[in-house]
Amino acid sequence: MAGLHKSDFQNPVINWIDSRLPVFTMIQKEYGVFPTPRNFNYFWNFGALAMVNLVIMIATGIFLAMNYTPHATMAFDSVERIMRDVNFGWLLRYAHANGASMFFIVVYIHIARGLYYGSYKTPRELLWMLGVVIFLLMMAIAFMGYVLPWGQMSYWAATVITNLFSAFPLVGEHIVTWLWGGFSVDNATLNRFFSLHYLLPFVLVGVVFLHVAALHITGSNNPLGIDVKGPQDTLPFHPYYTIKDSVGICVYLIVFAVLVFFAPNFLGHADNYIPANPLVTPAHIVPDWYFLPFYAILRSVPDKLGGVLLMFGSIFVLFVLPWLDTSPVRSARFRPVYRVLFWVLVFTVVVLGIAAGKPAEGIWVVVSRIGTAYYFLHFLVILPILGKFERPLPLPESISRAVLGVMGGGGPLPGGAAAKPTMEKA
Amino acid sequence: MNFLRNATAAALLALAVPATALAAEAEIKFPAQNWSFSGPFGTIDRASAQRGFQVYSEVCAACHSVKQAYYRDLKGLGLEPKEIEAIAAAVMIPVIGDDGQPTERAGLPSDRFRSPWPNEKAARAAYNGAYPPDLSVITKARAGGADQLYALLIGYNQAPAEMKMGDGMYYNSYYSGHQIAMPAPLNDGQVAYADGTRASVEQMARDVTTFLSYIAEPETEVRKRLGVKVVLFLIFMTGVTYAAKRKVWADVH
Repeated sequence: MAGLHKSDFQNPVINWIDSRLPVFTMIQKEYGVFPTPRNFNYFWNFGALAMVNLVIMIATGIFLAMNYTPHATMAFDSVERIMRDVNFGWLLRYAHANGASMFFIVVYIHIARGLYYGSYKTPRELLWMLGVVIFLLMMAIAFMGYVLPWGQMSYWAATVITNLFSAFPLVGEHIVTWLWGGFSVDNATLNRFFSLHYLLPFVLVGVVFLHVAALHITGSNNPLGIDVKGPQDTLPFHPYYTIKDSVGICVYLIVFAVLVFFAPNFLGHADNYIPANPLVTPAHIVPDWYFLPFYAILRSVPDKLGGVLLMFGSIFVLFVLPWLDTSPVRSARFRPVYRVLFWVLVFTVVVLGIAAGKPAEGIWVVVSRIGTAYYFLHFLVILPILGKFERPLPLPESISRAVLGVMGGGGPLPGGAAAKPTMEKA
Repeated sequence: MNFLRNATAAALLALAVPATALAAEAEIKFPAQNWSFSGPFGTIDRASAQRGFQVYSEVCAACHSVKQAYYRDLKGLGLEPKEIEAIAAAVMIPVIGDDGQPTERAGLPSDRFRSPWPNEKAARAAYNGAYPPDLSVITKARAGGADQLYALLIGYNQAPAEMKMGDGMYYNSYYSGHQIAMPAPLNDGQVAYADGTRASVEQMARDVTTFLSYIAEPETEVRKRLGVKVVLFLIFMTGVTYAAKRKVWADVH
């Protein structure tokens, strides 16, 4: 069906464009009047923060790539040249390196928010799974980016991580040779990692687009975890959430700036300022902090293949989480047992991260094993069973009554009919 | 707000991870020194760094390169352009001449610091297989930073009687494994400071550490000055944005 789009915009130029390509209508619909639950807390900032962070990473990365040389004998020196000779090169590099850490901080909080408020439950399963794909892509991109400065940790992290694939029987060794492009981590490896480190972020942008598109079909979850019942439960995205997200972005930028300007190497590893040397192995090969919990799971198993499978498994359980959690209630506010178990899980992951930073010996091996076991226990055993036995608190009737009602907050409403936990399926 | 408090605690715990990871690595504790350049407002002590440049040139440069640094970087130590030109011109830089043969020319401020060795193999051949590391980013390349470098330089001692030292190795209290191939580089009065400062081992170690901390990142002071402005601006912006948010939301609550 041909014909112009009926545009409501008064400005003749915008109207002309919008009639032929309704981008303004789309933006108005998805980011202007888009109905958004009125009861978001500041934890709903972190999606927007991740988006801002992604833009910062791509912008700084493009300019870094203009000045970086992906060659085994020149990469380290070219990074130092960026630090010393390129105008504001130090700012580009420190913003990019610390931006990776900030990205993981933001995304970990974003994921934790999803876990706490049950944002992965129906109808948002696919939205959640796309998020897990984004997380996996981020890990791959961060790992390959860490290799590019070609320092000692770059080199040895690349060696350790690519060698994981050798654990697979029969084809393992061939996969590793294929990944390396040779028989050791060398120039060919560095070249392909650079190529992929530049490519995959744009793939990430594509998946982020799908993540946002899926979000705009189901609409956002909210701290009460109950469905939007009508216009009284929502506010237009603009100006209410554009301004609320802006507050979050300012605070986020303060944290980011303090890291970049005053402690740019705090989250890094000193050994990466030593040029890569295949003949000298560092005393402790430690991944960047954001991989530590997964590194602990990998190391907790004495068998190499078992460790690799568990590490991948620890992410895979997130994919199927929507079907592992059998409780119909989304928000942990109304799940007295899950609310406690959520914090036990957060504690477990933090302890796993600490254990991975220690040498794999003595008490830390035991700690890693208990932590790993509990991680899987939480997702594979506790969550499926808990949904059947937990007695959730009564849910409020609607978002607007809970927010504007006499009691405020998320408590049950005075005089309101006792809500059944399954009502949100309506 | 229970969630917020718990989340903050978890975030702080998470931030502590890399710090503990590093602590596990450095079994040797390096005494914390008071450096003029530490902290968000710290600046390089110019006089000390200039003396440190003298120590580097007269002592360290016999074996160690700082190949990432340029002579023009000395501007940051407070040297005048004329002085820098003279320092560079006193160094002969190996180049390929117009006839295609290796030759030398006088250095320029835009030249990098000349390395004491033509290549790594030459250094290893001269030093029993050991390679004196490049010092361009040495304070950033050690977990203990400037404190570690200073401790190493003053850390030479008599080996304990029960310790068996390797051939051509020296005992150092602050070196991992306590056996280092570098002989004690500094001795009292080794250099004659123009400003009359007494050249004790501690003084020279402090000065050269200051110089190498500067050379590791000549843009540090620019970074910190810009950082103060950026953070102040962002705090202001946060206030304005929060006020705007309150106003926008006033009719909803």
